[in-house]
Amino acid sequence: MKDAFGAPQSLLVLGGTSEIALATARRLIALRTRTVRLAGRPSPALDAAAAELRARGADVRTVDFDALDSASHETTLGKVFAEGDIDMVLLAFGIAGDQGRDEEEPLAAVRVAQTNYTGAVSAGLVCAGALQAQGHGSLVVLSSVAGERVRRADFIYGSSKAGLDAFAQGLGDALHGTGAHVMVVRPGVVRPEPRAEAGAVRVAGATQAAGVVQGAGAVRAAARFVSAPLEASPLTTTPDAVAEAIVTGLRRRSETVWVPGSLRAVMSALRHVPRPLFRRLPI
Amino acid sequence: MSVDTVSLTGWGRTAPTAALRFRPRSYEEAAATVRGCGPRGSIARGLGRAHGDAAQNAGGSVLDMTALNRVRTIDAGTGTVVCDAGVSLHRLMEVLLPLGWFVPVTPTTRYVTVGGAIGADIHGHNQHVSGSFSRHVQELELLTAGGEIRTVRSGTSLFDATAGGLGLTGVILSATLRCHRVTSSWMSVDTERAVDLDDLLERLCAGDHRYRYSAAWIDLRARGRATGRSVLTRGEHVPRYALPARARRTPLAFRPGPLPTAPALVPEALLGGTPAALFNEVRYRGAPRYRIGELQRLAAFFHPLDGLPQWSRAHGRAGSVRYQFVVGHGREEALRRIVHRLSRRRCPSSNAVLKRFGTGDPGWLSFPVPGWTLALDLPAALPGLARFLDSLDEEVAAAGGRVCLAKDSRLRPELLAAMYPRLADFRSLRAELDPDGAFRSDLSRRLSL
Ligand SMILES: Cc1cc2nc3c(=O)[nH]c(=O)nc-3n(C[C@H](O)[C@H](O)[C@H](O)COP(=O)(O)OP(=O)(O)OC[C@H]3O[C@@H](n4cnc5c(N)ncnc54)[C@H](O)[C@@H]3O)c2cc1C
Ligand SMILES: NC(=O)c1ccc[n+]([C@@H]2O[C@H](COP(=O)([O-])OP(=O)(O)OC[C@H]3O[C@@H](n4cnc5c(N)ncnc54)[C@H](OP(=O)(O)O)[C@@H]3O)[C@@H](O)[C@H]2O)c1
Repeated sequence: MKDAFGAPQSLLVLGGTSEIALATARRLIALRTRTVRLAGRPSPALDAAAAELRARGADVRTVDFDALDSASHETTLGKVFAEGDIDMVLLAFGIAGDQGRDEEEPLAAVRVAQTNYTGAVSAGLVCAGALQAQGHGSLVVLSSVAGERVRRADFIYGSSKAGLDAFAQGLGDALHGTGAHVMVVRPGVVRPEPRAEAGAVRVAGATQAAGVVQGAGAVRAAARFVSAPLEASPLTTTPDAVAEAIVTGLRRRSETVWVPGSLRAVMSALRHVPRPLFRRLPI
Repeated sequence: MSVDTVSLTGWGRTAPTAALRFRPRSYEEAAATVRGCGPRGSIARGLGRAHGDAAQNAGGSVLDMTALNRVRTIDAGTGTVVCDAGVSLHRLMEVLLPLGWFVPVTPTTRYVTVGGAIGADIHGHNQHVSGSFSRHVQELELLTAGGEIRTVRSGTSLFDATAGGLGLTGVILSATLRCHRVTSSWMSVDTERAVDLDDLLERLCAGDHRYRYSAAWIDLRARGRATGRSVLTRGEHVPRYALPARARRTPLAFRPGPLPTAPALVPEALLGGTPAALFNEVRYRGAPRYRIGELQRLAAFFHPLDGLPQWSRAHGRAGSVRYQFVVGHGREEALRRIVHRLSRRRCPSSNAVLKRFGTGDPGWLSFPVPGWTLALDLPAALPGLARFLDSLDEEVAAAGGRVCLAKDSRLRPELLAAMYPRLADFRSLRAELDPDGAFRSDLSRRLSL
């Protein structure tokens, strides 16, 4: 059960190697979390992530989960919920894709859409149903500022996040009053801490290695997304800052969280910029 | 019997969860609900005054007991009352006072049920004299896991597990209570100011035995040498003969005024730091240094906040946390440290109460033990509060003390066994009596009770 401050005792992460998710799990373990399930594609990085969290005192297990295999979600995730209540689900999987290549290779673009949107729809609905049945719990969805107003530079990723974001908002409304709660988190550009802890660096490195094996372009593209024009802007953030915002959001039972918080104002202005002008903005 | 799906919280309005709410109007309906509850179990709920998650049950059934609200018999000669568990203390006062009886123990709100009063084994300002509520319960009818009804007498282990057992041994259906004889509905109140914590503790030690009711408001904003300064209020029921002539005409009238006293009207959450400190300053300075024999109506003395409906909303969306702990006599050092830490942090709690507890009662999870208890409300949105309270828990546990479960919404489960030595007995009795977990609550899940 969550305590009065929204701190969960059990956590299910979908996308178990996500840096943001792991930063969040670390914070939650320092509060009340004792049970962690890391769902993801089996990899050394996933095992390393589990080992790191275990060392922090949680009971951690990994669960085989592929976002692209929607048909399996009901069974895989159903099993996790059957073992006991899950107080919080963190939907963290997602790929940035490679905008340049994806425009040339529609199937690669579809993969981005299927991972970020379709995969989240099926996994999200399965989790929502389980949370509703247990009468409590938060589904925290990592959306992105990129989905708020889609840019030329990454509209494939952006549109998948726009879909995810809209889906999550609707799901939150559908679950209103059922005890379950959906929180949409919209980070800006997330960069690892400059002086990350040893554990985090190792996990990040492993993620990259896995990424290279699975789709050479993805990591490069992510890097490019990260070094997009927002580079020097104060709107970049770190996994730990996102984690902190998530913990605060849980305490306040927020429905939408922007990280950094100033993005809320920036985006509400940007949202209304006319298209001809928006196209020419250097963002 | 009405059934609906509702989102429930305790009085603190934190951690809402959804459950099926049943409102049984007869024992049969209650038994059918317990028998028919699914794998997520059921829990009784009274008026929802417990601060935390004791009376909620995510995804399961909640038995709203307030429709079982008959006062069955009153023996006006001995003050013995048999009533349904859903009867409120407010109702009991209405029917008992004209007959010259008063409830044996009242919390600072009248809007709690008899079932809730036993389930949380509540204490009042007379704890040092009268113990907690269950001491005045002769027997009760308990609906247990299989759906059968047992008569449970005081002094048995099932009684001790149920008194303070937070609804986890079963649903209390009715209780036989012994009430307190009074000849008027007026209180004679003595007020004095204590300049700091040590002064307060001394006054409590020296004078408490002379009063039936005693508690102190403590100014947690005061710092430095004034840390722990307080206003001590102690009272007695006024005998009829001592009433002024006008009041003597209707000595037993029970007319709770709709308006609370001024200090209660100002919710601290609406105040910023400086005004809140100023407000406490005024409250402290405004109290008489020493006054004896002030006449007050019962409701004004015991339940100053009850006139304000829904005042718990004052803490905003994030709700509030009530923190109450007790440390034993001889552990004043721990109490001092905690009070100092609270004042240094400038906690916005304008309603902190310190009381000296007397002998505790045998309830296994019953809260009171002899010593010092401090209770305060804090807005849950206060940054860093979670960790701060965790560290207070550590101090309390290290001093052999405990926090009150009926108010809890955040305790670290690992500390529970140290605070409640009878926990193992409680667990094994439940395992035996209720192997399939027909009775569960959010609190029992959170703390693995
Ligand atoms: C303003 C305020 C002041 C308070 N002051 C005090 C005080 O001075 N001293 C003190 O001790 N407490 C105090 N409390 C706490 C309150 O008295 C207890 O929480 C009490 O249990 C509330 O009763 P309720 O009927 O609202 O029960 P609920 O809050 O609905 O339930 C409380 C617990 O009792 C159980 N329960 C309720 N009915 C039954 C039943 N029929 N059978 C079995 N179990 C049942 C529930 O399962 C739950 O565990 C205060 C609360 C408030 C809001
Ligand atoms: N980083 C940013 O700048 C940024 C900004 C805004 C929003 N976000 C979003 O926040 C989330 C987490 O970001 P992050 O930076 O922590 O990402 P990350 O470290 O790159 O992690 C992404 C995670 O998604 C998993 N994943 C990818 N495809 C999957 C699939 N088919 N099945 C199962 N898991 C899959 C990855 O697992 P593998 O280890 O198996 O690859 C990895 O665990 C993402 O949704 C991202 O879009 C990120």
